[in-house]
Amino acid sequence: MTKEFDPGESASIVSVTDQVRRLSIGMPVIAVHFLGEDAAFVGAEENVAVVSGQSEMSQIAVHGGGILCVASDGHRIVMGGDDGKLIALGKNGEVALLATDAKRRWIDNVALHPDGAVAWSAGKTAFVRSGHAEEKTFDMPSTVGGLAFAPKGLRLAVAHYNGVTLWFPNMTANPEFLEWAGSHLGVVFSPDNKFLVTSMHEPALHGWRLADNRHMRMTGYPGRVRSLSWSAGGKTLATSGADTVIMWPFASKDGPMGKEPAMLASLQARVSTVACHPKQDILAAGYGDGTILMVRLNDGAEILVRRNGTAPVSALAWNNKGTMLAFADEEGDAGLLEV
Amino acid sequence: MPESTSPKIPVQKIPVTVLTGYLGAGKTTLLNRILSENHGKKYAVIVNEFGEIGIDNDLIIGADEEVFEMNNGCVCCTVRGDLVRILEGLMKRKGKFDAIIVETTGLADPAPVAQTFFVDEDVQKNARLDAVVTVADAKWLSDRLKDAPEAKNQIAFADVIVLNKIDLVSKAELAEVEARIRAINPYATLQRTERCQVALTDVLERGAFDLDRILEIEPEFLDAGDGHDHHHHDHDHHHDHDHGHGGLKHYHDEDMQSLSLRSDKPLDATKFMPWLQNLVASEGQKILRSKGILAFSDDDDRYVFQGVHMMLEGDHQRAWKDGEPRQSRLVFIGRELPEQTIRDGFERCITT
Repeated sequence: MTKEFDPGESASIVSVTDQVRRLSIGMPVIAVHFLGEDAAFVGAEENVAVVSGQSEMSQIAVHGGGILCVASDGHRIVMGGDDGKLIALGKNGEVALLATDAKRRWIDNVALHPDGAVAWSAGKTAFVRSGHAEEKTFDMPSTVGGLAFAPKGLRLAVAHYNGVTLWFPNMTANPEFLEWAGSHLGVVFSPDNKFLVTSMHEPALHGWRLADNRHMRMTGYPGRVRSLSWSAGGKTLATSGADTVIMWPFASKDGPMGKEPAMLASLQARVSTVACHPKQDILAAGYGDGTILMVRLNDGAEILVRRNGTAPVSALAWNNKGTMLAFADEEGDAGLLEV
Repeated sequence: MPESTSPKIPVQKIPVTVLTGYLGAGKTTLLNRILSENHGKKYAVIVNEFGEIGIDNDLIIGADEEVFEMNNGCVCCTVRGDLVRILEGLMKRKGKFDAIIVETTGLADPAPVAQTFFVDEDVQKNARLDAVVTVADAKWLSDRLKDAPEAKNQIAFADVIVLNKIDLVSKAELAEVEARIRAINPYATLQRTERCQVALTDVLERGAFDLDRILEIEPEFLDAGDGHDHHHHDHDHHHDHDHGHGGLKHYHDEDMQSLSLRSDKPLDATKFMPWLQNLVASEGQKILRSKGILAFSDDDDRYVFQGVHMMLEGDHQRAWKDGEPRQSRLVFIGRELPEQTIRDGFERCITT
């Protein structure tokens, strides 16, 4: 097996591989987030490795076992573990215990609201804590597969079997239920609050237009969709799961209904991770063979960030300003690229 | 990181044993034995009720047995959604345990658990189904087979049956319950025990779903080690074999049977494959388990397959050895199997 990147037809691809600062995290990485200018690489178990500027890497112990879910708002990273704990890691490296499950169940999902509220789930129960208000809980009909806060108001989408429950934790009204058969494992709101999209156990996405709950079926993937990222301004939703980045159009009031998705950056490997640039129409895509590309959305122009021949890319993130890209793979090889 | 640090080394799949058995049969006893015995291995255990296990182990995970239908229009394509989630979580702790045991509730159908390993790409990548082990109560199983369809399913599905509490029954009662079991599933390995005192090697690391080890396709009518030569069986009908061993009774279970097919002439792969696929597509709800070793014409390799309901997996296994009879053998275990239709369809796949 060759270790060289096979450029195929696009032999003139621009490479910035020599500008990447290579890092060895020393553990499998499941996510990376920027806390200010520090890149925090979240391990599969126990630790987060924080790399700041050009300085050394520091390991911070966060969990007493596997880390099952991660969310970040840019100010802190909140993680749930199989130790039944919900842990926050702040900018200064400060670790705070936010909650411990009374039955020591796994914390399977976590979501953060821009105003500081945090939601998490253990088994069928979803929890929300906002500001200094009391913790609220809500039992779903089946195990929670994913959580997301709506961009406006305190409204939580909870994905589970056969649909999504929309819950307003501070209101007494009955939660709304959006039904669609199957197991829903992840959920996101569009940044304009008009659409809700779930990733399903089968290789498909399902969407609802929230104004009228109209269904949007987004199918045709060869593999399960594990990574979703909204482009700057929320005009398109970039997704993993195929050997090309699948981009669903959300700019019009009908979203992707009746439209074909755009396909970018096709390789001979499955896209494992996508991360859209926060300001420009650029995305970074990581593949199952270790390749990382930066892709311009309007013309599909590609820049090679990392060659193939390594473990699957498991984490990608831009800093807030969009000047830095961090990545890592399932075996702990990682890098930082100043753009 | 003790495990592979290079993608060139194939990922070791973690074996998963599914432990079933009707209420009160002794599943928890067996589980406690597995966990407490000094075997030097570490097990992650997925249980349905916390607190029953008497062992302190931080890798005991509570599950909810959430079964859902796949969105593919096939009503029997059910999987355990909770298992998909738990296995994914456990993979974060690879290297902390050697094997996984999934305990099901007493009323559970083993099919969704098994099917989870056929359907889910990520589960398949990291874990492999090792065997379905069913604990049965020697005193009460005969009654349960009459009134509890779940108990019958668990017996039909099993690769290993631990017939427990044999100290509570007479020899005649034991013969009776074994005959009842064999009427449903003549292929499972049967272990007779008191308080689940079974050698762990007889229930763990069996490789029953390993295509490379599809060897135990012969009926296990008798005690292992009684010197019985399986080749004396009538190959065409398993109810109709030599009755001269130990006075074992033979029953025909009204709704759950097994069916075995054989051919000494090679099969036509272009006929057999579509036939098998159509068979499981149309009769898959009735077929609980299937497996086979096949000799195709113009093919020097043995082809092996196995299936659970409508799901099949198969592959070329190895070349036929010199002198090895190129015989095709298939077994189906299921309820209300359309025996004549299956036999006729199979006959048409044999080259003339």
